[in-house]
Amino acid sequence: MNRNKILFLRVLTAIGMLVSWHVLTTVPAPNKPLLDPFFFSTPLDVLERTAGDIVTYQMWYDLYITLLETALAFFIGVVSGIALGFWFARRELLAAVMDPFVQAANALPRVVLAPIFALWFGLGIWSKVALGVTLVFFIVFFNVYQGVREVSPTVLANARMLGMNDRHLLRHVYLPSAMSWVFSSLHTSVGFALIGAVVGEYLGSAAGLGYRIAQAEGVFDVTGVFSGMLVLMIFVVLIDGLVTVCERRLLVWRPTAAATRTT
Amino acid sequence: MGEQALVGHVSDPAAPEEPHQNSTNLAVSLRDIRITFADRSGQSYTAIADADLDVRDGEFVAIVGPTGCGKSTLLNVAAGLLNPSAGRCAIFGNQLKGLNRKAGYLFQADALMPWKTALENVAIALEVNGTPAAKARERAVEWLGRVGLSAFTGRYPHQLSGGQRKRVALAQVLILDPKILLMDEPFGPLDAQTRTLMGELLLDLWSRDRKAVMFVTHDLEEAISLADRVVVMAAGPESRIIGDFNVGLERPRDPAEVRHTAEFGTIHKEIWQILKKEVIKAYATEDEA
Repeated sequence: MNRNKILFLRVLTAIGMLVSWHVLTTVPAPNKPLLDPFFFSTPLDVLERTAGDIVTYQMWYDLYITLLETALAFFIGVVSGIALGFWFARRELLAAVMDPFVQAANALPRVVLAPIFALWFGLGIWSKVALGVTLVFFIVFFNVYQGVREVSPTVLANARMLGMNDRHLLRHVYLPSAMSWVFSSLHTSVGFALIGAVVGEYLGSAAGLGYRIAQAEGVFDVTGVFSGMLVLMIFVVLIDGLVTVCERRLLVWRPTAAATRTT
Repeated sequence: MGEQALVGHVSDPAAPEEPHQNSTNLAVSLRDIRITFADRSGQSYTAIADADLDVRDGEFVAIVGPTGCGKSTLLNVAAGLLNPSAGRCAIFGNQLKGLNRKAGYLFQADALMPWKTALENVAIALEVNGTPAAKARERAVEWLGRVGLSAFTGRYPHQLSGGQRKRVALAQVLILDPKILLMDEPFGPLDAQTRTLMGELLLDLWSRDRKAVMFVTHDLEEAISLADRVVVMAAGPESRIIGDFNVGLERPRDPAEVRHTAEFGTIHKEIWQILKKEVIKAYATEDEA
């Protein structure tokens, strides 16, 4: 497929959507627009509001808070997921006993925990971090567990025949294998960390992107809600791009579908 | 069974009459090895029963037998990866406990760490045994050169062909300079041309310091073209060693050329007569199951 053609069609689609939104909310048909701008805002209003907000100190402070919560949730979730994943994978009895509890905890919709965390950790960043951690932890935990248990028996036997002790095996065999699973779920876990932060802010906070959206919603300011969503979207796309770059660097050893091989 | 004690060409003067008297010369000595597995339904399955095998220091022994006869299992016993249900395994006269530290093992399946480059895979073998990283890398480069992969040191296993991966694995094992080399159908997954080249490379490397080799294969031609001795195992279950042939072909050999000599044909015919019956038996049991 022609890349330029795809790009062209994408731009065309975006323009098409924006123009129809604009037409539906501004052009009288016949005496008032089809969609009420009070409920649907207009693309130009949203852009104008966003452009106005982006230069304010408050916007950058909110971005910073959300980013901080996301990062903390991600790192705490990843570290605890790796530690417990390893521990469970190496202790079969522990894994067998705990299995139903882990499954039950994972089955719980995490949003219902938000009020509890707000009570426990207050309305500051830590209740949001806790919510993000409960989301990230399970993804990483299950991936590490799988990664450790699915090390190729041949690779393991070979490593032992080469003289590796338990510490060597952990460092050169189990950890890289588990990390490859963690990295392959990096997009999901970063995404979940962000969901934890924003949902937490939305349900009760004094700063952050979720807080902005909740505030705007509270005064029926639809333009403000859309503007908050737009900023959030740009923010997520940027973080996701960053993750992709990290992933490419970290998983360079992994075969890709189009890997070329020279014989 | 009539062929139980069959020994072909018993003319090697170095062969000890009673192996136990001179057991320190024996790199590997397997006595009355019995391997019993419990299968899923709880029934026990005896893969190997009362197998005896001696491998002298510096000797290249090939083990052939029909599929599923327990060749690899016997190799795993010598490696210390598997404890026999009964019997003894001595390495240079010492009872084997735990992993065989004197042996290098070349596996049939891919055993390289996919997250390490060819160079890292080879160097790590030295590093975990106490060689400083810089020195280990230097030696690894040297060894990759010896197996003809100087241009591929930075490649990850998935960027190498099957034959190249085997070469890396060979360098990884040989860099530790093991006294014993255990090989489990190492060239099995490769195409015919690559196999021949790998055989040549192996003989070339082996001839420099003549390690004791146990080479498991199902390919009789490969076995004869490489080995000093070919040992035949019976079809499982309760597999034993039922034939032991010295290969008198002179060294150094070209494993591709040697196949066309008359001598090769004679030995091949002789061993195949024994092996053929076992292969047929193995097919018969397979059909039953």
